[in-house]
Amino acid sequence: MSIGADAFGFVRDHVRAESAIVLETGKEYLVESRLLPLARQTGHDSVDTFVAELRRTRNPALMRQVVEALTTNETSFFRDSDPFVALRQDVLPTLAKERPGRSLRVWAAACSSGQEPYSIAMTTRDTPEVAGWKIDIVATDLSEEVLAKARKGEYSQLEVNRGLPVTTLVKHFQRSGINWRINPDLAAMVQFRQLNLMRPFGPVGRFDVVFLRNVLIYFDLATKRDILRRVRQVMAPDGYLFLGAAEMTMGVDDAWERVPAGRSSVYRIREDQRSCVR
Amino acid sequence: MRALIVDDSRAMRRIVGRILTERGFETAEAADGQEAIAVLESMDDLPAVACIDWNMPVMDGLELVTAIRARPEWRDITLMMVTTESEQDRIVRALAAGAHEYLIKPFTPDALVEKLDLLGLVPTPGGVA
Ligand SMILES: C[S@@+](CC[C@H](N)C(=O)[O-])C[C@H]1O[C@@H](n2cnc3c(N)ncnc32)[C@H](O)[C@@H]1O
Repeated sequence: MSIGADAFGFVRDHVRAESAIVLETGKEYLVESRLLPLARQTGHDSVDTFVAELRRTRNPALMRQVVEALTTNETSFFRDSDPFVALRQDVLPTLAKERPGRSLRVWAAACSSGQEPYSIAMTTRDTPEVAGWKIDIVATDLSEEVLAKARKGEYSQLEVNRGLPVTTLVKHFQRSGINWRINPDLAAMVQFRQLNLMRPFGPVGRFDVVFLRNVLIYFDLATKRDILRRVRQVMAPDGYLFLGAAEMTMGVDDAWERVPAGRSSVYRIREDQRSCVR
Repeated sequence: MRALIVDDSRAMRRIVGRILTERGFETAEAADGQEAIAVLESMDDLPAVACIDWNMPVMDGLELVTAIRARPEWRDITLMMVTTESEQDRIVRALAAGAHEYLIKPFTPDALVEKLDLLGLVPTPGGVA
């Protein structure tokens, strides 16, 4: 059973309009396999009937999830910008007062090709409150392929054009042929390793800040709940969790509370839940 | 909100123009630096942003940036270079001359929109230019 030409055409046009990603003919199998979990979650047993319903209802949430499902490694520097503003203006200055040891540990838990952890690294450099601190960023992903690119720290013109203010680019990158390479002092702050969020995290230590952005969206409710619970166990009780713009803890794992930070919000372990993690 | 597009390529002006119009900008165009200055001088309502190519006949983009920065009455115009010039020292030179942002060609529509967002240039729908 494979996806019909009609359904494929609809998905291709929609994804192109929303993400600039082009799914050429021949990618039917990819579309089928990426959309099947979403189809199942919504009570369909084929992608074709799922897409037929989508064409009829144009349910905005589902339309967005289709794009998400097909852009799984999509990322950019300072993605959505607001979280990084919150990190610089709110989260880091607050943590700075609570950490006499002048060191912080950050986890980028689905780091894709590295733009996210490097954006975190750049942000810490631009935050006077933590200037001179020891900042360790652990960046993990399921995919070895994206991790290899992340470790290399080299990005194309198109990639740096997205989301990176030019002053930041010339400050933190060097030209390398036709690409741009992250400066060694920033690269040294980030340690990349493979980690599957569905499995036990292993001995990762304790984090002050966790970025878990644009990945929960791929999991079913039970998995989301389980991941959020285990993230709590590796977080400092007064730590901060960043989720993607379309993700939340509400109704998933209510041990978290949403607190405003900058123009967006972050999540913290609720006061009455903190003792359990100590 | 207005935008001025300065590029000697008509095709490029059209591409950038379409993206900006879709974003809610009213656009004006010029084919080189000198024409851009003439357009600015003729405008009652100054543009919020100028997208400026580097290599143009008559007066190039870097000279234009320098000329605009020398006029205090134009200090509120945000200047963004949109060019194939991608060497690091070029970028640094443009910034030193007074450009705020720098977009390297080729770029996707998203990239231009993201730069505008970074600069806080978001026209209010239905608002007066
Ligand atoms: C859309 S990207 C998000 C990247 C980045 N966090 C951001 O917000 O820009 C999702 C990433 O999650 C990774 N991923 C998917 N399933 C995963 C899992 N079970 N464990 C760890 N990473 C996973 C994918 O490899 C991909 O790189």
